Amino acid sequence: MPAAAPRQCRSEAAAGRAPPLMSVRGLGIRFKTSLGVWQATRKIDFDIAPGERVGIVGESGCGKTITGLSILRLLPGNLAGLDGSILFDGTDLVSCSARAMREIRGRRIAMIFQEPMSALDPVFTVGHQIAETLRVHTGIAKEEARARTLEMLRRVGIASPERRIDDYPHQLSGGMRQRVMIAAALICGPQLLIADEPTTALDVTVQAQILELLRELSETSNTALMLITHDLGVVAETCTRMITMYAGEVIEDGPVDDALVRPLHPYTSGLLRSLPHLSPRHGRLPSIPGRVPSIVDMPNGCRFRARCAHAAPGCEAEQELLDAGAGRKVRCWRFRELDLPGALQHAATAPIAAMTGTP
Amino acid sequence: MPLAPDSRQDTIVSVRDLEVRFQTSDRRATVRAVDGVNFDVRRGETFGIIGESGSGKTTIGRALVFLLKPSAGAIRHEGIDPLVLPRKRFQSHRRDYQIIFQDPNAALNPRMTILSSVLEPLELARGGTSTERERQAREALDRVGLPQDVGERYPHQLSGGQKQRVVIARALTLKPKLIVCDEVVAALDMSIRGDVLNLFADLQRELGLTYVFITHDLAVVSHISERVAVMYLGRFVELGPTERVSEHPLHPYTRALLSAEPRPLPSSLREGSRIMLQGEIPSPIDPPSGCRFRTRCPYAQELCAEKTPDWRELEPDHWVACHFAEHRDFAPN
Repeated sequence: MPAAAPRQCRSEAAAGRAPPLMSVRGLGIRFKTSLGVWQATRKIDFDIAPGERVGIVGESGCGKTITGLSILRLLPGNLAGLDGSILFDGTDLVSCSARAMREIRGRRIAMIFQEPMSALDPVFTVGHQIAETLRVHTGIAKEEARARTLEMLRRVGIASPERRIDDYPHQLSGGMRQRVMIAAALICGPQLLIADEPTTALDVTVQAQILELLRELSETSNTALMLITHDLGVVAETCTRMITMYAGEVIEDGPVDDALVRPLHPYTSGLLRSLPHLSPRHGRLPSIPGRVPSIVDMPNGCRFRARCAHAAPGCEAEQELLDAGAGRKVRCWRFRELDLPGALQHAATAPIAAMTGTP
Repeated sequence: MPLAPDSRQDTIVSVRDLEVRFQTSDRRATVRAVDGVNFDVRRGETFGIIGESGSGKTTIGRALVFLLKPSAGAIRHEGIDPLVLPRKRFQSHRRDYQIIFQDPNAALNPRMTILSSVLEPLELARGGTSTERERQAREALDRVGLPQDVGERYPHQLSGGQKQRVVIARALTLKPKLIVCDEVVAALDMSIRGDVLNLFADLQRELGLTYVFITHDLAVVSHISERVAVMYLGRFVELGPTERVSEHPLHPYTRALLSAEPRPLPSSLREGSRIMLQGEIPSPIDPPSGCRFRTRCPYAQELCAEKTPDWRELEPDHWVACHFAEHRDFAPN
């Protein structure tokens, strides 16, 4: 099997041989609104190993962004409660003090967002903003902070950084701004970088540059990456492990290649099948009927069952995240009997599949 | 087949030497958003235009339906130049050429019911009695697969996919010949995108529509289009049948674009032959001389700065603007 070698080495990292850097258990986020308290996410369980690159995928409203924000406790004011635990290198981020959180935020865990312009302050130079992060967290002298900022700008691929360091955000292009954000996020050498749709606002040729940069920086500095995205292609190219979320729950978790080739949850399979990349040209795109249930009216049992082609009596029971072996987990009690199509079945129509053996 | 003469002659829109220029807000510079573009759209086809932000693709779309006046060049609808028509005739003429945008929220009035939004174009066109108009509006909603009771609801009560269907229904009420679709699925979630693309395909088959599909998403354009044009900094760099363009691209930019697309495939099936472009698209205020792609092109030579490459038909029905297109044998992507 020619495909076996690379896949195995990916799975090894994902199997979590090393003790996890971060361990999320039973994370639930509740919000108050004028109509009552709603549960945005519940029972979120996952681990991230040191240096591991994990993709969190799902459609809008599935809870992926809010999960990322909850790790840094950057939740909106109408938060009603945070349940469960987020154990990060020995500290529980759910219960630790605001002071302890400030020590971690920006220094040991950093975050970048989709729109760099809204994260950068327009009235300060980019050099000032990066150096400030460093000085707040380490208290080093101004000159040294500037020197390290310059070095960081060079590392993220900004051409002639000695000129760019004194530029204001509006003088930079979208791709350069995102590089600046990455530089600001990584300047303190964090153990974990949370990137929420970091390339969604960028053009595809620039997206390729930024993803390559994130992958390379994560590898050279052993920074773990939690990449939140709706784009399965981005996850496939950047991450080693993929966590799929649906309606506020983790429904699948495993090595990227395994999840793409043989998804265990009908929703993951449905998403893969609906991508135009993999369908024959001009043919009908398979789609998932119905829509994501509303937060105010969540069905009990499996939350996907109303849209699922494999729903059966038993799906109305509460679903747990089951261990499927080989570092994989799935929230579907029928996973053993289902044989769901993944990316390969569709790619078989593309010429590319002919060149590699099909596993 | 591309060479069959009748399929090449039934042209619904022809665009010749189209230029659209804008003044910058301080009036000191001119942005050449579209700078000399030539193409024909054939009746019943889906013509795709792909390009990155700032390439001018949206400007072309707006010019095609005369939401913008061309600065130079000509756009003909079925052989007529609509700009010479008297005002009344021009207004009724443009009903045949509709446009749909990316964001359905911006296209629907939040204070109008769905039915009144869909009725509005019919009322402006003043055709038939009010009962007939309502029947037509409801038929249009039905045709795009929306339930009957949607007409009495307001936009905020609908999902993004449903709202985009409403916008499509509204464009259909006047029975257009051609619809320009500008990033119409970009704002939709991936599981809904497929549904809406299927709807476009169904409507085309049932109503004989012609589409100009403008998008930055290669997967979408190659799924839906028969022919595709690749745009860079105000010009077309390549145009041809979708299969040819995506499997045997003639222009280095097309090839880079294809290779940059992240593919949801396992690592064993992905090839490592990505062409990483340096930098970003230059400003259309001061575009590079000669070939506009040369500043980012891995194969650029002196000639590329000196001379603008000709727009030529290198293979039947497959056009390219590159001095070296025939000398370089790109591996299929």
